[in-house]
Amino acid sequence: MQHNEVIRSMKTVTLTLTNPSELLLEGQSITPDNFAGKKAAEIATLDVWEGKQKGPLGKYFTVAGDGGATAADTRIILRGDCTRVKRIGQQMTAGEIIIEGNADMYIGGWMKGGKIHVKGNVDSFCGIGMEGGELIVDGNAKHHVGASPRGEWRGMKGGLIRVAGSVGNDTATFINGGTIIIGGDADIHVSTHGEGGTVVIKGDARGRVGGQMVKGDIYVYGTIENPLPGFKMVGEVEQEVDGETALFAHYIGDLGERHPISRGKTVYANLYTRI
Amino acid sequence: MSELLIKNGFVFDPLQGIKGDRMDIGIKDGKIVETSALENPKTIDAAGMTVMAGGVDIHSHVVGPKVNIGRLFRPEDKLFKSPHKSPTCSRMEMGSSVPSTFKTGYDYARMGYVFVNEAAMPPLHSPHVHEEIRDTPIIDNAAMPVFGNNWFTLEYLKNNEIENNAAYTAWLLRATRGFGIKVVNPGGSEAWGWGLNCVHIHDPVPYFDITPARIIKGLIETNEHLGLPHSMHLHCNNLGNPGNYTDTLESLRLAEGYTPKNNFGREQVMHVTHLQFHAYGGDSWGNVESRSKDIMDYVNAHDNITVDMGQVTLDETTTMTADGPFEHHLRALNNLKWANVDVELETAAGVVPYIYSPKVKVCTIQWAVGLELALFSKDLMRTFVTTDHPNAGPFTRYPQVITWLMSRAARDETMKTFKWLDRTIESTSIDSIDRELTLYEIAQMTRAGPAKALGISNIYGGLAPGMDADVAVYPLNPEDMPSDPAAIEKAFARCAWLVKDGVVTVKDGEIVAEPAKRTIWVDVKVPDNAQVQRDIYEHFLRHYSVKLDNYSLFEEHLHNPRVIEVNAAQ
Repeated sequence: MQHNEVIRSMKTVTLTLTNPSELLLEGQSITPDNFAGKKAAEIATLDVWEGKQKGPLGKYFTVAGDGGATAADTRIILRGDCTRVKRIGQQMTAGEIIIEGNADMYIGGWMKGGKIHVKGNVDSFCGIGMEGGELIVDGNAKHHVGASPRGEWRGMKGGLIRVAGSVGNDTATFINGGTIIIGGDADIHVSTHGEGGTVVIKGDARGRVGGQMVKGDIYVYGTIENPLPGFKMVGEVEQEVDGETALFAHYIGDLGERHPISRGKTVYANLYTRI
Repeated sequence: MSELLIKNGFVFDPLQGIKGDRMDIGIKDGKIVETSALENPKTIDAAGMTVMAGGVDIHSHVVGPKVNIGRLFRPEDKLFKSPHKSPTCSRMEMGSSVPSTFKTGYDYARMGYVFVNEAAMPPLHSPHVHEEIRDTPIIDNAAMPVFGNNWFTLEYLKNNEIENNAAYTAWLLRATRGFGIKVVNPGGSEAWGWGLNCVHIHDPVPYFDITPARIIKGLIETNEHLGLPHSMHLHCNNLGNPGNYTDTLESLRLAEGYTPKNNFGREQVMHVTHLQFHAYGGDSWGNVESRSKDIMDYVNAHDNITVDMGQVTLDETTTMTADGPFEHHLRALNNLKWANVDVELETAAGVVPYIYSPKVKVCTIQWAVGLELALFSKDLMRTFVTTDHPNAGPFTRYPQVITWLMSRAARDETMKTFKWLDRTIESTSIDSIDRELTLYEIAQMTRAGPAKALGISNIYGGLAPGMDADVAVYPLNPEDMPSDPAAIEKAFARCAWLVKDGVVTVKDGEIVAEPAKRTIWVDVKVPDNAQVQRDIYEHFLRHYSVKLDNYSLFEEHLHNPRVIEVNAAQ
């Protein structure tokens, strides 16, 4: 949104994981919102949890650079192997996080704005409950990408998740809005209970795509190994997706689910498979 | 044990008719005593504050299987909504609309409550209920087993065998360590086993061929035959539907001609719960309107009935009731997740999350209906504060409900947030009511009245010498009431002091001690009844999936009991 203008004044905080935790590290304090307005030394005192023990961020990371005046003016770069650091960027509203390698679960969970760029892989639950902003993963992601948190029926509301590689199961459960673009394949369960939003799978999908889906769109470029019987083909359409135009077979569904009526017409979820 | 003197507070005790007099309250060995009986008491300075007996909640769903289903299937009710562990509490607290047992106990205590009546215990699952009672700290609990869809009850009442039904009721109260007779959608939850409902009180129950009206009357007769502390406690048929006020009035009329027979000071024969859900006019959600005036005109004129509000608090919450067909109906309205359970021979239950939004006309009308019921009441010793926790809102919102009742400005403030304000005002009377309840009336609605209706006003709900030393002190000066309604809410949310059984339990709104809690149950002696013994044996042999020997609560499930004995054998 405000990127181009703000980037010039952004200040960068570099966290380097020099003393990895023995247990998984709960890193929800690593957000531009928490770092904004703080000097490097103050940032090093922020709480992180390792199991049931609370410790300062500086126990695990060396901190270089101060936060910007606001979250939007703050960029965080994470170096070192963060494969076992969870919840980076959780609930962030603005600013930028760059993770140079891998990261653990819940990256960008409940994020409302700003941008996260992960250059490696992430574990499960990245971008869950997302409301806005951008989450870019260059590698693969595991399960529940952009899904709703457990039990919650109000899933992803907005924003963009882009995973260059493949994803595990339960992508975009209860999606309500926003866009998820998967460069590779997706395992079972895509957009289950979806009521809006768009999911693009540029590789193959294994099955249960759009189960109990009420509204919203799914694009699958490759094949669906086990398509659901609740989707019915209604024609062929040409569509522009992620900057390129292609021909798709158009299905509506899930016919086993309730569907709202808008202006006298029943609204279905759309599933497009590339021809 | 230690002595305590609560000095110089403004005391409100409707059971003794004390209306804000500056008085001292003496406490010794866990009981209220005359101050002259104290020798060397510790002193609590309550100058400039409001002193009341500990609060008594007549209807709340806090323990048992359906509450736990609510906890289990709503993890989102805990996420980002659970406070960090208080350093002064022994246990973690979790959840919002369906709090953990520990949070339930702590939050009631912080509001100055000491007694909570669990509104619906499925008899078969009474061990679960009692295990959760044990795990709910501080507050004393009772639990009412449900009778309105029980096969024994339906059979006895169909044949007009009140004496047999009374013997069975006494047996079940003992088997479940229950407190009184709860009736939920009489006949309707049994009909739900056939995928049906009893919407009106003259709809026959499938197979049993008895009407809800007959069940209600029969259970009033049973209750008075036994002389239980509490009356028959009714959740009417046709809950939550437009136009249901006529069914409610018909149900209320069933109490005509009955007088209370008991030794507990109870004056009603029927308690009608969450009346808000039963006071709607219109014939569709498009034209639903308040009929609280019609209902309260009837209640005001009939003093053998007590009611509680079931106030909608405009929150996201979790509905849960033994009214199985209603929950099915609700899930079809909001398309959210639904849990449904049959309890063999006895009852059913359902659970559905629900959002009461100030942006939805029906919700804001419901909000108005609940408040109107209390504001139209001519006798607040018979009209009690509840939210039917968690059905119309969590109990933690009682301070807000009290504030709405005490302040027209607070109501106006809330109404400003309504999307359909004009339609709400058109369909209700709330905007024409200027009444603001007094602290004395609030004390009636939140402790004295419920205690009396439950038949426990010799122990709870008042401050007379000899009663349990349960005293709440609120940081509110009746001679200098705050002009900002938010200050009233804050005072009732976090009492300055709560003394429970003579132990200082809450100080400045924080839990500082967790005194032993009790389970209150009613043990009724009835003459030996071979017929009923044989019927129980037969039903367990033929119909129950458990053996009779494994059915009754084992002693180890019962936590710190306080038995109320009733002799109906003469």
